[in-house]
Amino acid sequence: MNNIYMDNGATTPVDREVIKAMEPYFDQLYGNPSSFHSFGREARNAITEARDEVAQLICADEAKEIVFTSGGTEADNYAIKGVASALEGQGKHIITSAIEHHAVLHTCEYLEKERGFEVTYLPVDEDGLVDPQDVKDAICEETILITIMLANNEVGTIQPIAEIGEIAKDAEVIFHTDAVQAVGTIPVDVNQLNVDLLALSAHKFNGPKGVGALYIRKGTKIKKFLHGGAQERNRRATTENVAGIVGLGKAAELARKSLNKKREQLTILRDKLINGIEEKIDHIKLNGHRTKRLPGNVNFSLRYIEGESILMKLDLEGIAASSGSACTSGSLDPSHVLLAMGLTHEIAHGSLRLTLGKYNTEEEVDRVLEVLPRVVEDLRAMSPIYNR
Amino acid sequence: MEEIYLDNAATTKPYPEVITKMNHTLTKAYGNPSSLHGKGLEAEKLIKTARKEIANKLKIKTDEIYFTSGGTEANNLAIKGTVNALHRYGNRIITSSIEHPSVLNVFKRLEEQGYDVKYLDVDQNGVVDLEQLEEYLTAETILVSIMGVNNELGSIQPLAKIGKLVASFDNLYFHVDGVQAFTKLDLFPAKLGVDLYSISAHKVHGPKGVGALYIKDGTRVDNLISGSKQESGVRPGTENVPGIVGFGEAVKEIEQEDFTTKMYRLKKLLVTRILNEIEDSFLNGPTIEQGVPHIANISFAGIKGEILVHSLERDNIYLSTGAACSSRLDTPSYVLEGIGVEGDLIEGAIRFSLSSQTTKQEINHTVNKLKKHVTVLKQIIQR
Repeated sequence: MNNIYMDNGATTPVDREVIKAMEPYFDQLYGNPSSFHSFGREARNAITEARDEVAQLICADEAKEIVFTSGGTEADNYAIKGVASALEGQGKHIITSAIEHHAVLHTCEYLEKERGFEVTYLPVDEDGLVDPQDVKDAICEETILITIMLANNEVGTIQPIAEIGEIAKDAEVIFHTDAVQAVGTIPVDVNQLNVDLLALSAHKFNGPKGVGALYIRKGTKIKKFLHGGAQERNRRATTENVAGIVGLGKAAELARKSLNKKREQLTILRDKLINGIEEKIDHIKLNGHRTKRLPGNVNFSLRYIEGESILMKLDLEGIAASSGSACTSGSLDPSHVLLAMGLTHEIAHGSLRLTLGKYNTEEEVDRVLEVLPRVVEDLRAMSPIYNR
Repeated sequence: MEEIYLDNAATTKPYPEVITKMNHTLTKAYGNPSSLHGKGLEAEKLIKTARKEIANKLKIKTDEIYFTSGGTEANNLAIKGTVNALHRYGNRIITSSIEHPSVLNVFKRLEEQGYDVKYLDVDQNGVVDLEQLEEYLTAETILVSIMGVNNELGSIQPLAKIGKLVASFDNLYFHVDGVQAFTKLDLFPAKLGVDLYSISAHKVHGPKGVGALYIKDGTRVDNLISGSKQESGVRPGTENVPGIVGFGEAVKEIEQEDFTTKMYRLKKLLVTRILNEIEDSFLNGPTIEQGVPHIANISFAGIKGEILVHSLERDNIYLSTGAACSSRLDTPSYVLEGIGVEGDLIEGAIRFSLSSQTTKQEINHTVNKLKKHVTVLKQIIQR
């Protein structure tokens, strides 16, 4: 049996069609999009097409509302710091949640420590949900930005973004959502969600690494982040990552065309995996909301097990999984997401995340359901505190 | 003759080996380098190899290289990052008047924020005025940022001398935009007193969308991007693994010794033939030997460079009038203005930029076509 990759929340395999679309832009159409000549023009046209595709995927009114970035992290930084710089004369209060990705949390912390902003970190309930009423209550005169993620990267909980967006709109506060885990996996419509800014990343939906985008609703007050040339309508200086952008465009097209099918398929596999694990292993707890959840996300706390020991065991069995987000792996701190959901330090340490992607099969799920109980049993047998 | 691409200062064609390696990375090594499983480790290892390749080329330590999304981000990170970290030590920052926009526009923004910015003048060869630098350097100065090689003229800056001047001050960093110099000249930042050095992959036959910043051990740089712990926390964001792999492979492929001599020979052939055979043509900036091997900037009096570029394109010869980043803006080159070129000659300027793959036949063919077009265009104007 081939190795099984169930870490699609960390990154996804690149679709062959995406690679094929990118290839000509390496060795044939390698021009600098800012150049006058035909090499430059061809590269520029390719970027225009990709921009249209990304705009369509998230139902943006106009393609020019899409600005390409080097990835999700830069897009989040651009959104938050850009609005903070543009509006700091008006107010210095930002609302976010306690379970955001570090690209958002650390940006907010930077604004607090270095720039004198005040940040409200909203709590979440035991399923990882933000209460829209809390958002409403937190808004004050000074509030210039609300930033809440669309779907959580560790536990997959999907937030009531449309409702929060409505509140933001009524209060005339700019609303950003980190949609890195959601775009390409569930339907995302910027108008239906009432968002002004939205960050996305290609490598989370079978596109290449090193490229992402920020949606900026027309008229949103934001300062640019990188200074230099006049690329991206003077909003993001630097020679464009043409091949990467073309790859993002293709991934967006493929995702749009198969979104419903992918969602259905992943949901079936996810539920089989969740039900199977709950049936076969005891002393466990499903983290995150059971239904308001990304179709590919499975996250369990396994008592009497250290998160990383199970990862090594699974890796030896040819199964790639993670304990939480890849970005924080290797650190000894327990997940800030699980802690915010009310788990104890001890339990938060022993979590296992399996994230499915479009290439996972039912056979792979069956194999995981066969291997995992055995691995858990072995590890628990070695645990001095495991109480039979 | 097939297409002749002489716009290598704008961007270069990636080496076939670079594409092969990237393709492999995209297809097989798709893991997230931060993941603990085998797929993650495989990707992490590839990054390590690339980092080593680039560090060796610059003769620095492997962990002094930080990958970015390109030269622009590296310049932004170096300048904003050090200024933020050192702002309590002083308010003065110094650069030159002919820097790339990714340096110049950052300085302009800092000037708006209240920093005391000094722009060094350059002489007619496009070289900064060292006496002026000495004059401007004070105990209040926290950053000097000077490009290694100018992208429009190919002029080389006296980095070692600047490094020495800077070294006698505390809490003062020296940043070099090395995007055009990297692999073209033997510049080793650690030996030149340089604290930060920016480079870009797509100028050296690597992919677009990836660059790097050398940060000398112990240099204080605040983050530009906040997030997780990638690149030792200095530059968060999931690594552009295929891009980084492509960058490393490009650097590995470059055989410096051979092509420098070859490119100087071709540049000499190009410039001398044009100056001898086309009337009223002038070399802007440094002499052939004073400049880098791959860039020559030549003005044709009475002709618009833009029209000449379009004429040559019909013969499948690709050139530019100046920097790609500003070529779509209707502004005259501030670099040519800075070295005292007259208005008419600024409009008539063309930048030729060669690569290690440029051939003698291509140069001769280009000059022949150029002669033809210049003659035709002059006849039209005289009518």
